[in-house]
Amino acid sequence: MNQELINIIICGVGGQGNILASQIVASAGIKKGLKVAIGETYGASQRGGSVMSHIRFAQSFHPGPLIAKGDADLIVGFEPLEALRVLLDYGKDSTKVIFNPRPNYPLSVLSGEAKYPELDFIFSQIKNLAEKAVVLEATELARKAGNYLAQNLVMVGALAGSGWLSVPLECFQETISELFEERDKRKLNLKAFMAGVEGIQKALRA
Amino acid sequence: MNPVFLDKPEAVVLMMGNEAIARGAIEAGVDFTASYPGSPSSEIQETLAKASKIFGHHSEWSVNEKVAFEACCGASFAGLRAMTAMKQNGINVVSDVLNTVNLSGTKGGIVLLVADDAGGYSSTNEMDSRLHAKLAELPLVEPSTPAEAKEMVKYAFELSERVKLPVIIRSVTRLSHARGDVPLDKILPRTRKPQMGFFDRFVGHPMVHPLLHLRFNQVKAEFEKSAFNSYTGPENAETVISASGPSAVYAMEAVHNLGLDDQVGILKIGTTWPLPEQFIIKHLSQARQVIVFEEVDPFLEDNLKVVMADAVMSGASVPKFFGKRSGHIKGPRGAGIGEMTPDIVYDSLANILGAKRKPRSAKFMEAEKKVLEWKLPGREWAFCAGCPHRASFWVMKTALKEDDREGVLIGDIGCYSMGVSKTGYNLSRTLQCMGAGIGFANGLGNLKDFDQPVIAIAGDSTFYHSCLPGLVNAKYNKSKLVFIVLDNSGTAMTGFQPHPGTGKNALGESVEPISIEKICEGIGIPTQVVDPFEVEKAVKLLDDALEAGETRVLIFRHKCALIEGRESKEEKPRVYIDQEICLGDECGCNRFCSRVFACPGLIWDEKHKKAIIDDVVCTRCGICASICPKGAIKLEEKKIIKTMKKGKR
Repeated sequence: MNQELINIIICGVGGQGNILASQIVASAGIKKGLKVAIGETYGASQRGGSVMSHIRFAQSFHPGPLIAKGDADLIVGFEPLEALRVLLDYGKDSTKVIFNPRPNYPLSVLSGEAKYPELDFIFSQIKNLAEKAVVLEATELARKAGNYLAQNLVMVGALAGSGWLSVPLECFQETISELFEERDKRKLNLKAFMAGVEGIQKALRA
Repeated sequence: MNPVFLDKPEAVVLMMGNEAIARGAIEAGVDFTASYPGSPSSEIQETLAKASKIFGHHSEWSVNEKVAFEACCGASFAGLRAMTAMKQNGINVVSDVLNTVNLSGTKGGIVLLVADDAGGYSSTNEMDSRLHAKLAELPLVEPSTPAEAKEMVKYAFELSERVKLPVIIRSVTRLSHARGDVPLDKILPRTRKPQMGFFDRFVGHPMVHPLLHLRFNQVKAEFEKSAFNSYTGPENAETVISASGPSAVYAMEAVHNLGLDDQVGILKIGTTWPLPEQFIIKHLSQARQVIVFEEVDPFLEDNLKVVMADAVMSGASVPKFFGKRSGHIKGPRGAGIGEMTPDIVYDSLANILGAKRKPRSAKFMEAEKKVLEWKLPGREWAFCAGCPHRASFWVMKTALKEDDREGVLIGDIGCYSMGVSKTGYNLSRTLQCMGAGIGFANGLGNLKDFDQPVIAIAGDSTFYHSCLPGLVNAKYNKSKLVFIVLDNSGTAMTGFQPHPGTGKNALGESVEPISIEKICEGIGIPTQVVDPFEVEKAVKLLDDALEAGETRVLIFRHKCALIEGRESKEEKPRVYIDQEICLGDECGCNRFCSRVFACPGLIWDEKHKKAIIDDVVCTRCGICASICPKGAIKLEEKKIIKTMKKGKR
C-alpha cells in the first residue's frame, strides 16, 4: 500500500494492550519516515470498556489524531465483537480486517441481561463487510510463544506481516527491541511478534 | 534513554501530547514542577518526574492541585520557572488562589497546564476550563498538535516572565492522549538562583486591580503578532472557518478532503484569551459567514462575536456565525456537548455549505440499518479481576443488608466511582468531585429524623487530597457516619502514582509514610483497619460501626491487583472450578459467581452449562473460592507450568 494516507484502527477491550500495540505500529512507521498521528482512548483501559486506537500514516502532511467514520483502511481487532463494532462504524468497501476470535464477555453478558452474539454470526458479518478478513488465533499463538498476554504483539506481527503496510518488518523489530530493555521480555515479545507474522502469512496463503 | 529526554536538536520523536508538553518545559529549563494526577493530564508530571533525575529540576506529586499550584507560585516568587499540570476539575480546586495571584503578579515564569477531558472519557464532567482564564483575566493559549504544544510551553514561560502573570495552557484529551512526531530542540541550561529580594512582595488586593488590566493589555498586544494564530486559504474568502485546538486540524483535513481549499479560509486561533482582535477583524470583516469549531463550550465563538460587534463601531461589517449557539455545530447528544470529531466537522460542513462526503456503500448502509436488531452488547466498565474494590463493595452490600435500615452509601472519585454501576452493585448514591462524599455525608449524618445509616467512601489518594476538612468537621459537629477509606496503596485510577501514604515520592525515593489511621485517631475518631478479602470479619466490623451511631472510620486495606501483579514475583496458585461440584443452573444460586459477584474472570461454560474461570483474565486473587455456596471454586495445589506466568511483560 503506497497511498498518501493510511488509516489503521486497533480495537479491543481495556487491559488487552491496545496502547502498547499502537505505539509499536506508529514508531515503526516513523522509522520508515512516515508522518504519524495516534488518537487513543485511555479512560477505559484496564477496566473492561471498549477501547480503540486510531493510527494514521501520511506521506507528506501531518494528519489529525482521529479517523472519520467510514474511513479505516485496516482494522486490527483483539476481540471479535469489538472488531465488528468498529468495522460497522469505520469500515468501507476496501477495509481489511485481522481479528483474534477469542471472545471477552461484557458484564451484561456474564450477568445474563444480554447475549453475546454467536461467533459464526460475527465472523460472517465481518467477512461480508470487509474486503478481506483474516482470523488469527492470537491468544493461542501468544501462549505458545510464552505468555498469552502477548496476544497484542502477535496481532502487531500479523499487521506487519500482512503486506498491507509499506513498513518493513525490521522497523517493527527494532522498535520492539528498543521498547523492551529487559532481555527476557524482549525475547518473548519478539517471539510473539514473529508468531503473528508467520500466522498471517500462513493464513493468507491458505 | 527515553527518547523524550534526548539532547539531540532536530531529531524527530514520537511523543504523546503530554510528553511533548513535558519536553517543552524541559527545553525551557524548568526548575520546579508539582502536580496532582488526573486523566488526561497525568503523564505530564510522570514524565517530568522521570526527567528530574537527568535535568535536576524539582518534581513532586502534591496532595492536591491547589497545593501544587501554590508551590509553583512559591518557586516563581523566588524567580524560578515552574509548571503544574492538572485536569479540568483541578483548576476549580486552584481557582481561589488563581483569583488573587493574578492581582499580586508573579516573578519567575509560571505555567498552569489544564487538560480538559472533552467527552468525559475519564471524568465526572466535561467542563471547559477556558472560562477560568476569562474569570481571572489571565492569558490562555491552546495548542492543536503535540509539536505545537511543546512550542507553546516554551513561549508561555517567556510570556509569564514578561507580563508577571501565570499563563494557562489548555490541552484536551485528543491532544494530551494523542501521539505525533515532535521535532526536538535544544535544552536550555538551568542557571537561575532562587532569591526573594526586598521588593519581591506578592499581595493580592483590589488596590492592584488596575495593574492586572495593564498587564492584560500588554498580553493582548503581544498576541496580535503571535505566530500561533494563522490564516490560510484564499484572500477575502466568503466563508471562513475559525477553530482552536485539535478542532483546527480536523477542519483543515476536512476542507482539503472536500476540495474546498480554494473557497474556504481557515483562521486558526492559538491565543484564545485574550483574542488578537485586530488580526481577527482583518480576516472576518471580509467574510460573509464564519463557522466555528472548538471543544466543548462556544468560548471562541462567543468571544469572536464580541470582537466583531465592537468592530461595527469602526465600520466593519459583521458576518453570520454558524456554531453551537446557532445549533449548526452539534454532536450526537447536542450542541456544546461532547468532544469535537472529524465526523461532526464533516456533517456541519455538509449542512452549512452543502459539501458532502461520498456516501457509504449500500452494504454498509444496510448493515447500519440492521445493527439495532443484532443487539450487540455494550461494554460497561468493571472493576478488574482481583480488584479489592469488588470485595469492599461486596462487604458493604452484605453489611447494609444485614443492618436492614436502608443505609445509604455516599461515593467519591477514584476507581471505586464505579460503585454507582453494576460492578459495584449500584451501591453508591452520589458521584461528583474529589472529597465531596465525606462532605455530603456530614450533612446526611446530622439530619434530625433521618434514620438511615450513612457510609461515605474515599480512596487513599482522595483521602489526602480533600477529605481531611470534611472528616474534622464530622467529628467536631458529631455527624453520625462511617467513613470507609478504600486503601489500595496508590492512585490507581490515573496510573498508580504514589501519595503520602505509600512511603514513596514522585522520584521513587523512600519517605516516611503518613498513616491514615494515625491521622483519623489524631482527630479522635475510633478507627479500625481490615482486609476486605476477609469478608466475614470486615462485614462484622462494619455492622458494629453502623450500630455505633457516631463518626467512625474503617480502613479497607488491600493492594490494587494491578500494582500487586507488577510487584509480585511469586507465582500464585491457579484458581479453577471443579465442574463435578458446580451444579450450574440446578444449584439455585442464580449463577452466583458470574451473575451476582460478577468478576470478569468468572464466565459461563455454554458447553457444560457450568461456571468456568477464564485463565487469561483471572488474577488468582482467590476471593471467589470463599463465596461459592457449593465450594466448587478451588485453588490448584501444585504450581502451574511456567509458561502461564502472568503480568510479566
